[in-house]
Amino acid sequence: MSAVRFLINGAPAEVEVPGMRRLLDVLREELGLTGTKEGCGEGECGACSVLLDGQVVDACLVPMSQVDGRIVRTVEGLSLAARERGHLDTLQETFLRFGAAQCGICTPGMLMAARAYLDAGGGPSPDAIREAIAGNLCRCTGYQKIVDAIAAVAAGDRP
Amino acid sequence: MTTRTMPHPTASPGRSAPDALVVEPGSTVAGRAKGFPVRREGPAKLTGAAKYTDDLVFPGAWYGATIRSTEPRARLIGIELDPSVDWSKVVVVTAEDIPGENLVSAIKEDQPVLVPIGGEIRHHAEPVALLAAPDRETIRRLRPHVRLITEPLPPEFNPEASDHVFAQYEIGGGDLDAGFAAADLIIEGEYRVGHQEQLYIENNAMIAVPAEDGGMAVHGSLQCPYYVHKAMIKTLGLSAAQARVIQAETGGGFGGKEEYPSILALHAALLARKSGRPVRMIYDRHEDIAATTKRHPAIVRHRTGVKRDGTLVAQDIEVIMDAGAYCTLTPVVLSRGALHSGGPYRCPNVRIRARATRTNTPPNGAFRGFGAPQVEFAVETHLNRIADRLGIAPDEIRRRNAYELNDTTPTGQVLRESVAAQEVLRLAVDASDFERLRLGTGHANGERRGSGMVPAGRLQSGSARTASGIGLALGWHGAGFTGSGEVHIGSVASVELGGDGRVRVLMGSTEMGQGTNTIFPLMVAGELGIVADAVDMAPVDTAFVPDSGPTVASRTAMVVGGLCIDAARRLRAEVEARHDGRPFAEVYQADAATHGPTRIDQGFEPYPGIHFDDATYRGDAYPAFGWAACVVMVEVDLDTGEVAVRDVVAVDDVGRVIHPILCEGQVEGGTLQAIGYATIEEIKLDNGRYLNDRLATYLIPTALDAPRMRTILVEAPFSGAPHGAKGVGELPMDVGAPAVIAAIHDAVGVWITELPATPERILAAMGAPPGDSTGAA
Repeated sequence: MSAVRFLINGAPAEVEVPGMRRLLDVLREELGLTGTKEGCGEGECGACSVLLDGQVVDACLVPMSQVDGRIVRTVEGLSLAARERGHLDTLQETFLRFGAAQCGICTPGMLMAARAYLDAGGGPSPDAIREAIAGNLCRCTGYQKIVDAIAAVAAGDRP
Repeated sequence: MTTRTMPHPTASPGRSAPDALVVEPGSTVAGRAKGFPVRREGPAKLTGAAKYTDDLVFPGAWYGATIRSTEPRARLIGIELDPSVDWSKVVVVTAEDIPGENLVSAIKEDQPVLVPIGGEIRHHAEPVALLAAPDRETIRRLRPHVRLITEPLPPEFNPEASDHVFAQYEIGGGDLDAGFAAADLIIEGEYRVGHQEQLYIENNAMIAVPAEDGGMAVHGSLQCPYYVHKAMIKTLGLSAAQARVIQAETGGGFGGKEEYPSILALHAALLARKSGRPVRMIYDRHEDIAATTKRHPAIVRHRTGVKRDGTLVAQDIEVIMDAGAYCTLTPVVLSRGALHSGGPYRCPNVRIRARATRTNTPPNGAFRGFGAPQVEFAVETHLNRIADRLGIAPDEIRRRNAYELNDTTPTGQVLRESVAAQEVLRLAVDASDFERLRLGTGHANGERRGSGMVPAGRLQSGSARTASGIGLALGWHGAGFTGSGEVHIGSVASVELGGDGRVRVLMGSTEMGQGTNTIFPLMVAGELGIVADAVDMAPVDTAFVPDSGPTVASRTAMVVGGLCIDAARRLRAEVEARHDGRPFAEVYQADAATHGPTRIDQGFEPYPGIHFDDATYRGDAYPAFGWAACVVMVEVDLDTGEVAVRDVVAVDDVGRVIHPILCEGQVEGGTLQAIGYATIEEIKLDNGRYLNDRLATYLIPTALDAPRMRTILVEAPFSGAPHGAKGVGELPMDVGAPAVIAAIHDAVGVWITELPATPERILAAMGAPPGDSTGAA
């Protein structure tokens, strides 16, 4: 067991866990942040995508020993500022309007991958967007509306 | 998106479609539908607040696990718990702990909940014992110490050799011999498809919570709450009131959570019963793929007689499906497969023989399309080969044979309305510019056809070493349950005006991503003349909602939606009658305050004029059919044989579009599942075990594998449903795969007759001499 300190969605957190405990389990079970989902447990589906210092990672593959001193952002932190006003943020709102979420289980991870892409300055090119979300599997939508939604946000369209 | 509305053919009095549901052309722009509500549970899903089964917290809950067989067939002699290990802190459940019947409630009831000692293990990964412990580490540690003592028995893996037949049908009409005698050409072909995994991104999951009265509640990821309810009563020996099923947010189903949740709920409940605590059974991906149901593999053989002009005169079709070890839903999957096997084509002389047999692989079950994708891949590919042989274009041979109004199907069903085969075909051909593009793709180069060679030059497109191709498929999908299924089920749905002034829909149909929560308020509000936001959806909990039948067969919008519309009409009439006929919207709040709650329970009544004889398989196999056409453009890498699907135009007639964005989403998602089926999705077996039982090895399409998709929705309403809807979920699944195979042929000149069209199969076919192996044209 070791103490791991990190920032989660802007707030400091400290957990006493074995170093090899998965970030995914700590988020879901220690911190109650169940928005991050487990789809395969081996880094194939992207349902557990979170941002670690702004980079998309699969939380099922990240041991807690690598999280000490770093910044973690999950779907719950995506709209913190917006949600204080009772609204979704622009990315979430656009997903909603475009029908980019169906069953919703891939959605938190998909949003985080999209967030990282947009934060890195990604544009509305469908090919670039498809590349950016290629690590996030969706079985419901066929991806078309997800690509369209991210492109709209990248192009600055307001929902 | 474009929506084409065809006239309502026989609108009977009191059964006109409400205007609010008609999508005006031009009402949608850039992925948005004006005036339609957003997905109701969307905000919860987008913020991570939505609670799926694994997100639910039950204090003191234990973790459950399943001990499974490691052989395809064996006699179970004993279950041995390693005496050197402490078992006092955990609970072990075997068949002996089952208070009721050790059978999973289903059609034939041949599947044990747990294999009993002395019983027969019939497939790899079959559940034999259950284990629950306070933490996952204990489970991991103890699991290898449960030893199954078995005596191997010879397994059967060949569905054609198996002598255990779960179901068989023979359907036909006309005079087959006379039909073949009149044919100018007789063409035979054999087609094969393997397993396909539903691969919902949320694995199967169930939590059982014992109640103080000896009852049991289960919270889970599921499509059909009353299937689970029935299974709990039978196996746990509970009363209807003691068994309670609550659906958690469900992360996709596609048929994979139709029957499997029953056995999982029983497993969790047996552990909860013995331990006296809540027990969580959340499958990981490996267990989900290894143990749960798949799409039935099939062998389909066609012998077809045609005239020189392409007119079909005789179809002799044989369908063999591999059911796996237990019956599950196989008889109805096979039935739908048999009924769709001739394709959407007029043919006077038809014989369809279908059978499904038992093999020693995990049982196969429901998957979007339910028997139809297998047979429609076969008939469409066969028809394309016929067209190729006759030198007729693929769209032209379909125009000459596709059903039109008043044509008769092989069961003797006269298609009196709602026939849009020609319409979807025309729209797909026009929108994709099929005829012009086809001139510019591989097919233009006639000399290569049948040569099995890929010459350089005109064939090539884009990069120097790829060939591009365009392909077309046409399909049909029977709307709702087959035959008299709906009459047998007798669904009920309710609309209630509560004492609190809220309107509430109560039904056992589930939201699993397809949009149920959003379209039902829309339909009910439209009838009541109020806004959709004023209509609530009751949570799916068998303690409160009626049995609206299973959430399957693309029947929810059509059948249960029809019930809710009828219930809303009755509610409106009843409330308005109490207020001198003033509009519901004006008076319902006051009515609720003074009169108290009003609840309308609407039961299913047979659609007028629809009759089917289950014994002879004659009559109206479905109350109506949905029609779909799909045009696919591919590029085939000539060095590696890899297929990239670039563009798709999907045209689907759904009867009535209730919510354009959600409807389009169904078409796009179903189309990509069909493309996966055609190109990369494959289960490999060794001695009855799935070899690629992980997401690293069972591949589904990523965003990079997915094509650009354009959807055109067509409305040819069904007059038996008050809103005209015929369902959308399964329709696109039927046409995607044969369109891909046709496009591959157009690109490289070979017919792939076994799905998926892997690079290995394509290269083998391209390298084969003319008329040989799967490359035979």
